[in-house]
Amino acid sequence: MSDVTPPAPRPEEVGRAGRFLFWAGIGLLVLWVLVPIWFLFVNALSAPSEVTSFPKRLWPSFDMASLQFFWNFQGVTRALWNSVKVAVLTMILSIGMGAPAGYALSRFDFPGKEFFRVLVIMTRAFPLPLLALPLAVMFIRTGLDDTVLGLALVHAMLALPFAVLITYSLFSGIPVELEEAAWTLGCTRFQAFVKVVLPLALPGIAASAVFAFVISWNEVFAAAVLTIENRTLTAFLLQSLNVSPLPLKFAGGAALVLPALIFIFAVRKYLFAMWGIANR
Amino acid sequence: MAEIAIKGVAKQFGDFTALHSVDLTIADQEFMVLLGASGCGKTTLLRIIAGLETPSQGEVWIGDRRVDHLPPRERGIAMVFQNYAVFPHLTVFENIAFGLRMAKLPQAEVTRRVTRTAELMHIEQLLKRYSGELSGGQRQRVAVARALAMEPDVILMDEPLSNLDALLRLEMRAELKGVLAESKTTTIYVTHDQVEAMSLADRISVMNGGYIVQADRPTQVYRNPAARFVGSFIGNPPMNFLPAQGTGDGRWQVAGQVFDGPKVEAAEFAIRPEDLHPAEAGLDAEVRVVEPLGPHTLVTAEVAGQPFRAVLESDRAISPGDVIPLAPIPDRIRWFDPDTHKAIQ
Repeated sequence: MSDVTPPAPRPEEVGRAGRFLFWAGIGLLVLWVLVPIWFLFVNALSAPSEVTSFPKRLWPSFDMASLQFFWNFQGVTRALWNSVKVAVLTMILSIGMGAPAGYALSRFDFPGKEFFRVLVIMTRAFPLPLLALPLAVMFIRTGLDDTVLGLALVHAMLALPFAVLITYSLFSGIPVELEEAAWTLGCTRFQAFVKVVLPLALPGIAASAVFAFVISWNEVFAAAVLTIENRTLTAFLLQSLNVSPLPLKFAGGAALVLPALIFIFAVRKYLFAMWGIANR
Repeated sequence: MAEIAIKGVAKQFGDFTALHSVDLTIADQEFMVLLGASGCGKTTLLRIIAGLETPSQGEVWIGDRRVDHLPPRERGIAMVFQNYAVFPHLTVFENIAFGLRMAKLPQAEVTRRVTRTAELMHIEQLLKRYSGELSGGQRQRVAVARALAMEPDVILMDEPLSNLDALLRLEMRAELKGVLAESKTTTIYVTHDQVEAMSLADRISVMNGGYIVQADRPTQVYRNPAARFVGSFIGNPPMNFLPAQGTGDGRWQVAGQVFDGPKVEAAEFAIRPEDLHPAEAGLDAEVRVVEPLGPHTLVTAEVAGQPFRAVLESDRAISPGDVIPLAPIPDRIRWFDPDTHKAIQ
């Protein structure tokens, strides 16, 4: 205990310190996301010789040699096409199953509802490596191994919990009175869903579909285990780039990140709208 | 033409009984208000009539059709919701036209009806807007216009004014009354606001604990409550109740005064606060609080240890601590059975 208490900071000082912390925090978060992306693109878009050089240029030299080599690399285009097919199928499967489940969770009371919700999240807690061997055996028996559908099924399982929970909160944000009003105005349950709920939920559903796409696009473990000939881009890169020179790795990385970035950027507005859709 | 008959309708939610075997008939073109505190079952009853809730027991008839197993769209009803439920993704025009399009009316008829109801509700300049660009009062108008455009047999309203501010509520109340009287539809209107109920209704059904306690004209409900609950729920301030001792032959002693009453075993004395006036002799009221309200003065007092309120002329000076004798108007005195709480005729 000291007799002299330090003078209390003046309010404007506290305000200034708070503002500094606020912007510092924001700056840190922005750098956290942007620096790796910048690093990736600078190296991918520079000449192979520049990749190992230091200091880095702020702006790449737009030398396409690495990308060109990567693009002409045996099997890349095929793997890319496989990735797109699997991701689209994952998107369709996870929304096709997840949205009805989300709707049921938000609109109906049924026994075991809470348990079901926990179960949905629990599927994410189950380690995929543990599942990989029995799954591979089962897929070989049913002929699903090394197929686009087989991999999409596994990816859909990974994306489903998100699809269910996102659409659940989405549908919960749409007042049930809107549906009831539609029923009294001549709609069947299904018509009310199509004419009232769906238009309001569509942005959010699109966002969660994109999310499913990105999950599938980035997934590497199941893709590597369950496919041999029909590799997706991630699995293909894991296999081949391991042994490739550094510039090629950066080019591959950029090719992987770009579609995900563009997609998320395109739906960013809807991702924000997801929580603000309520009664407007 | 739509008379509504509710026959023995009951509703249980799990162990909770929201409605106990309710019987009610609503005449064609009648304005019926279901009035009660929250949780009394009024909204449940309305939703059962609308088809948004299925009754556990009983029948609902609209016109000469039994409707309790029909979906809402086949009942010939339109509903106005407490939170308006204006579709946010459609313009005001498309909101009002929604039901008409579902009914596959020709475009000319849709336009005609939308224009007419929009004019009726004074929202014709808002037809191109979205609900996000409207105020609460405007949304409410859209919701009513949407219901009226259907030209339904029955309009159901679930506390339509409760989300509006006081001034707007007053304005909308008068407007609703005019519009609905003109539309000649049967109306069922749910509210917890007794002033709204009194001012709008042809008849009021007062509900409590899942029962309809009384269904009658507003003045009857006010003057002759069928049960103690009605007297204590309706009226601001509510009815005063005092215990009474029978002295035989239909004479009752209440707080030292003797009144003529019913010839029964036991009874409770009741009087409305405005049916009292200061007199030479009367119920001795010990004044606790005096609230001058302008035209009247509200006096909160105690009579024989019971809380007691009186609405008196404001020209009389009264202060807390005074003991004033209050004489009830004899033909306004009501008697209730202290066990069943029902009115004694």
